[in-house]
Amino acid sequence: MDFALSDDQELLQRSARDFLNKECAPSFVREVTRSDDGFARGLHEKMAAMGWSGLIVPERFGGLDLSLLDLALLNEEMGRTVTPGPFFSSAVLATLTLLRSNAAALQKAWLPKLASGSAIGSLALLEESDRLDAIGVTLRCTKNRRGYRLNGTKMFVLDAHVADFMLVAGRCRAAAQDGIVLLLVPRDTPGIEIKPLLDIDQTRRPCEVAFRDVELPEAALAAGEGRAWKVLSRVMDAAAIILAADSLGGAQKALEMSVEYSKVREQFGRPIGSFQAVKHICAEMVSDIEPARSLVWYAAYAFDHEPRQAARAASMAKARLSDVYSRTTNRAVQIHGGIGFTWEHDMHLWFKRAKWNEVAFGDATHHRERLAQLSAF
Amino acid sequence: MNLSFTADQETFRKQVRSWIKTNLPKKDTGAQPLESGDPKRVREMKDWQRKLHQAGYVAMGWPKEYGGRAADVVEQTIVNEELVLARAPGLIGMMGILMVGPTLIQHGTVEQKHRHLPKILTAEEIWCQGYSEPGSGSDLASLKTRAELVGDEFIVNGQKVWTSNAQYADWMFCLVRTDPTAPKHKGISYLLVDMKSPGITVRPLVQMTGDAGFNEVFFDNVRVPRRNLVGELNLGWLVANSTLAHERNMLGSTTRTQQMFNGLLRLAQTRQRYGRPAADDLVMRQRLADLMIRVEAMKYHAFRQLTDSIRGRPPGIGASVNKLVSTELNHDIAAAALEIMGSYGTLARKSNHVVDRGTWPIEFMFTLGLVIGGGTSQIQKNIISERGLGMPR
Repeated sequence: MDFALSDDQELLQRSARDFLNKECAPSFVREVTRSDDGFARGLHEKMAAMGWSGLIVPERFGGLDLSLLDLALLNEEMGRTVTPGPFFSSAVLATLTLLRSNAAALQKAWLPKLASGSAIGSLALLEESDRLDAIGVTLRCTKNRRGYRLNGTKMFVLDAHVADFMLVAGRCRAAAQDGIVLLLVPRDTPGIEIKPLLDIDQTRRPCEVAFRDVELPEAALAAGEGRAWKVLSRVMDAAAIILAADSLGGAQKALEMSVEYSKVREQFGRPIGSFQAVKHICAEMVSDIEPARSLVWYAAYAFDHEPRQAARAASMAKARLSDVYSRTTNRAVQIHGGIGFTWEHDMHLWFKRAKWNEVAFGDATHHRERLAQLSAF
Repeated sequence: MNLSFTADQETFRKQVRSWIKTNLPKKDTGAQPLESGDPKRVREMKDWQRKLHQAGYVAMGWPKEYGGRAADVVEQTIVNEELVLARAPGLIGMMGILMVGPTLIQHGTVEQKHRHLPKILTAEEIWCQGYSEPGSGSDLASLKTRAELVGDEFIVNGQKVWTSNAQYADWMFCLVRTDPTAPKHKGISYLLVDMKSPGITVRPLVQMTGDAGFNEVFFDNVRVPRRNLVGELNLGWLVANSTLAHERNMLGSTTRTQQMFNGLLRLAQTRQRYGRPAADDLVMRQRLADLMIRVEAMKYHAFRQLTDSIRGRPPGIGASVNKLVSTELNHDIAAAALEIMGSYGTLARKSNHVVDRGTWPIEFMFTLGLVIGGGTSQIQKNIISERGLGMPR
């Protein structure tokens, strides 16, 4: 019984913080978000060189074989620095989907490239309906002698415009969960059209991806009928936990910025941080964030070690952090007053990321209802 | 991170579970609440604590020479978890076990430790806390109860208020002003006062629950031997602060919160609202899930603080965060219960058709008292922002 980070984990946290403070300052984030594709290749390569892209990839595929908690700690630091780029879609979503898929040939072909950062992957799950359940997957998948044919449109596919491949959820049969398959689709496959969407959170780059008679060989199958939804459910839990960690880091940073500002900003002849109205808001941020941190650690731990609690823990962490991050950044903007509402001040970077994180992979309402079902209320 | 228990710990859990099953007192539905001071009820509660202590399950982390087992916190956690599962009654001697006991272990003389600690554990002596005064609530350090050192005795005059348990307590740990000329934090001393001393008058105050849970305590030339001073003369504020952190943790106990939430869930699953269990209503489910998340967050948060304390890391403002979050959470749980019960929710204890013996509206009121006692939520926020975040005073 030991509820704390290991020395190695604390070291990972510290070194990630030092690295990102240096390499991913707000001015850099702004520069990347102004670029067309929002992808800082140099930063991506440096992170890959430190082993981050392959953090949870087994050693035989060139990874570090660490746990989801380690990955969560890393993402917490990326949340602190609102790090842009495809790390989440590639090193989290695509990597976890491939890892859970059991498709040996695809793993062998792609995992080493994902781990080394030489390839970018993504996951194409949502569609126009924006449903996170199995019914939401309607992209038509027909099986023929040569393999599979895809027709339909995926929505909110993160970083599809820079990805080398996507893992695509398609429907072969009507059966809600069992009729779904997961296929690995290289981006340059004929029949694919990618249109980037514009989000208020410019650190995230979602795309609309249309599939018109996209032909795929049998070897493209990552997870077949009856199994694909199980893989996806597990990946969605991990995604929820990782986003919760990103939110935790962002909320902590927004708190720190608010406290710093309140110590130097003077009104009525004294620092605004000396007023209880401001102090109490900051104290409430602390009492939101600290218990939430324990919840995130537990969820990440449970994902690897307590499989029967994993889904519940993921929903608890995501529901709580969705609320806490948005509430914290909202308050942080208010503490900053007029300047906090400007484009010039950095606070809106966190404010917008909070809103994106809140909704992605299920908002608080979604996860509370899921928790109720899983807990048999 | 490792949340699994060793084989030995699992064996221990089984022993605890079977001990509780054999020894748990039967629910006496006609019983007076403890606050009434009913001697029979007090005796029953003392018996329960004594039995638990004899089994070795009370204050297990205390040194062996004072009746503890020098056990690690994991074992105490296992015991606490099993008591929650069994819906066991709380301990009557909590103030002694969690507040004055740890303070004496830290600051007391050898004589004080031997005199008091064993009887705290056996519930032979119950303690109350003499801190608040009519003019000193949130600004505790402004307290005026005067203690004058005359020879080997303090002569105490003044008044304490909101003193829980004073109606049946044997001892009080008490803050008194021993140097009226010094700055307010520097003239306070920490005394142990025998409640049977001549000159003490206890007058019950009826709380909004209708129970006389707390009291006014008057001191009229009360003589307290000098050997009952804890820590140094005029440095009682430091001693008191260590006790306050213990109090915040007691008020923020997550086991109590879990017990309450489990009760709420049972209620939601069994009470009908518009022809179906309340727990089937989508809005209520959202609320229940939100409460469950907050309860579980505090549970894991307590694990984390426990681990930090084992590793000797300073708690920082953790106790204040606990107190702030947990007491408000308890009240929110009780509020949800009242909403589920609708018109039945506000029925008083002795009414016909009352649900769960009327405990929920009492909890609803009582938990609001806990938000105030031990330093209001606003005081906790001052502590968190000033001491934790270094914001200017």
